[in-house]
Amino acid sequence: MNTGKQSPVQGGLVMNDYQYDNQTVKGFILSSIFWGVVGIVIGLWISVQMWMPSLNFAPYFTFGRLRVVHTNGLAFGLGIGAIFGISYYIIMRLTKRPLLFPKLARVHLYLFNVAIALAAISLFLGMNQSLEYAELEWPLDIGVVILWVIFAVNVFGTIIKRKEEQMYISLWYIIATTVAVAILYIVNNLSIPAGLTKSYHLFAGVNSANVEWWYGHNAVGFIFTTPILAMFYYFLPKSTGLPIYSHRLSIIAFWSLVFAYLWTGAHHLVYTPLPDWIQTLGIAFTIFLIAPSWGSVVNGYYTVGTDWSKMETNYLTKFFILGITFYGLQTVQGPTQGLRVVSQLIHYTDWVPGHVHMGTMGWVTMTTAASIYYIIPKIYNTQIYSEKIANIHFWLVLVGQLIFSITMWITGIVQGALWKATNPDGSLAYTFVEVLAKNYPYWKMRTLGGVIFTIGMLFFIYNVYMTIRKGKALALAGAKA
Amino acid sequence: MAGTIYNKPILFTIVAAVVILIGTTVTMFIPMLTAEMHPKLANLKPYTALQLAGKDMYQREGCNNCHTQTVRPLKTEVMRYGEYSKAGEFAYDRPFLWGSKRTGPDLARIGGKYPDKWHELHFENPQAFFVESNMPAYGWMAKNRLDPASIEIHMKANDFPFTADEIAQLNNKNELEALIAYVQVIGTSIKRPPPATSKPVVKETHIPNPLAGDAAAIKLGAALYDQHCSACHGEKGLGSIGPSLADKVFLYVGGDVPDDDYFEVINNGTQPNMVEDGRTAKGGMPSYSSTLDKNKIWALVAYVRSLQGTK
Repeated sequence: MNTGKQSPVQGGLVMNDYQYDNQTVKGFILSSIFWGVVGIVIGLWISVQMWMPSLNFAPYFTFGRLRVVHTNGLAFGLGIGAIFGISYYIIMRLTKRPLLFPKLARVHLYLFNVAIALAAISLFLGMNQSLEYAELEWPLDIGVVILWVIFAVNVFGTIIKRKEEQMYISLWYIIATTVAVAILYIVNNLSIPAGLTKSYHLFAGVNSANVEWWYGHNAVGFIFTTPILAMFYYFLPKSTGLPIYSHRLSIIAFWSLVFAYLWTGAHHLVYTPLPDWIQTLGIAFTIFLIAPSWGSVVNGYYTVGTDWSKMETNYLTKFFILGITFYGLQTVQGPTQGLRVVSQLIHYTDWVPGHVHMGTMGWVTMTTAASIYYIIPKIYNTQIYSEKIANIHFWLVLVGQLIFSITMWITGIVQGALWKATNPDGSLAYTFVEVLAKNYPYWKMRTLGGVIFTIGMLFFIYNVYMTIRKGKALALAGAKA
Repeated sequence: MAGTIYNKPILFTIVAAVVILIGTTVTMFIPMLTAEMHPKLANLKPYTALQLAGKDMYQREGCNNCHTQTVRPLKTEVMRYGEYSKAGEFAYDRPFLWGSKRTGPDLARIGGKYPDKWHELHFENPQAFFVESNMPAYGWMAKNRLDPASIEIHMKANDFPFTADEIAQLNNKNELEALIAYVQVIGTSIKRPPPATSKPVVKETHIPNPLAGDAAAIKLGAALYDQHCSACHGEKGLGSIGPSLADKVFLYVGGDVPDDDYFEVINNGTQPNMVEDGRTAKGGMPSYSSTLDKNKIWALVAYVRSLQGTK
């Protein structure tokens, strides 16, 4: 078993007097990469189905079933898998002690993989609650809650028994994530079981919509935002050696973010039969949310701003800075979309997948990959296998994501505008299928962007694999010597 | 500034939870307790066993990934799909199925728009109706029988009324029939305005087709026909799931009618029991008023007339 001995200097203290459970951290990271590959391959597949319907293979591999495997595979498999592993890593360092229950964490890892595998199978089989990002049926929901409780026990247990008095920002974000996701997931998944594989939402109609999007938007807030910010605030200073610019700004940004997020779900329901006041309140808080989001963006920029040469001299800095840049763009574009005047044009179009993928490919994956680049060599007491390959990875995922997002924004505007276009006599200028046919060139471009992104991720995986191999060889040589 | 709360994880967690619960309470928990969030239209009926089975299929196949079920109160949207969605239409939907992406068209007003047969053929091969459609085929569902025992459990879970006979009848039904039964009931609970032509109106004058016999108009009409009409009325108007247009039968009664009656049917579509020129329609043809302008509809009439001559 690997120990903490290989990374003696952490926060200026020598830390070789106890063991970190690196195996669990590594297990989660490698598992998340595996599920990430599955999710990305299915993403490519459904992107081709959009312009080549013959690639639908009924019943298990039609778009309607695969799309949820794609979103769940990446949000839960890649996203939450990485969040579990990297949060454990961060918590152990920031509390200056091993996890309180290392064996429970190992069980957590195994159960996580079993749950994701069962989730994928159940979605292929069409067991689907039809709640976006909460598609899993009730027995798996119970499994997810158990997994989350196991996580929470180690998070809170380890933090309470910490050996460092002050809790650093990253721990605040991990605590907020742990609490918020528990509330969100349990409430939205309350349902009336009708057999083992089917259930009906406890909430009906308009109310069901309001609960679902309260959940849905905060899944973005507390899975794709707060835990990723925890990584950002920890690994940016670690990899650059530069302290976070403003502690005060971190405090303001944290509290206003976790306060405002919960009000905003209704911006997904603009112009629906949901009561107007809930829509308007949601839109107003969505605009407000720009401030705390940019609090972290500004903090990131000013942190590196004391020495921009880090962008060239430290290969990880650009991952974090581009990541936080896309977070910044995302958190301006999102509120803009919430406005009624913008929503009426781009809602229900391909603009929205373009928006989502800037966040997931540009911010979440970029930041998570950089965190993994930092962790893996630390665990194996070595250096990254190749900075050059990391740079190739960086440019490919950047270009791939930009092609994806920009083509989807264009085609989204085309759809929205042509759906509304009228002839001089007031009749509609285009039938639905005429507008659909105009999307094909853009949908093909999107697949191209996805392929470039995927190749970038393959470089990342190769680099991680070779770093592990190098680390193992060094350890073996060390043991022999 | 870094107050003591950052040294006290339990206190910190409690404060964070409270902060998270404020917006949750105002925008989610409190509305849930008001009648505003539980509206129900007078005409809205619980799903029948067959319809619920179809809704289950709709969810299983993830139809909501590409189709929305909510028409926004926007001018062109109402023109394209029909009356905007009302809060009271969804009281029996657990969960709501409004969706978030229109890769395919909105389905909030699909119920009754086309005949069952249209849906059956369209599910079998969407591209036969819309060449450029990217919808997967679902004809395979016709091979799967329904499972009445599980549907009975589903009816009970929803607290929908049903009879033993209704459940027994499901034995003869397949998944595709259930799906179509569901599709045909979507959005039908709103009060529909009575068809404009339902009252017997004595027409003083008939408007002749301004494009009658115009070669260019017939050519345009032929192209429009292939795009919008041939899927149901067959090639060259010889009939398929819709009636033949090449004979001189109009709305199931022999004998020709003036051009403007053709115009009205294309423009308004047909609804069950609608009366046009003294003839009762079965319904099932969608309106083309928002898709085709007057000129195009007259061109179609001119083309249909030319078909009648060639038979």
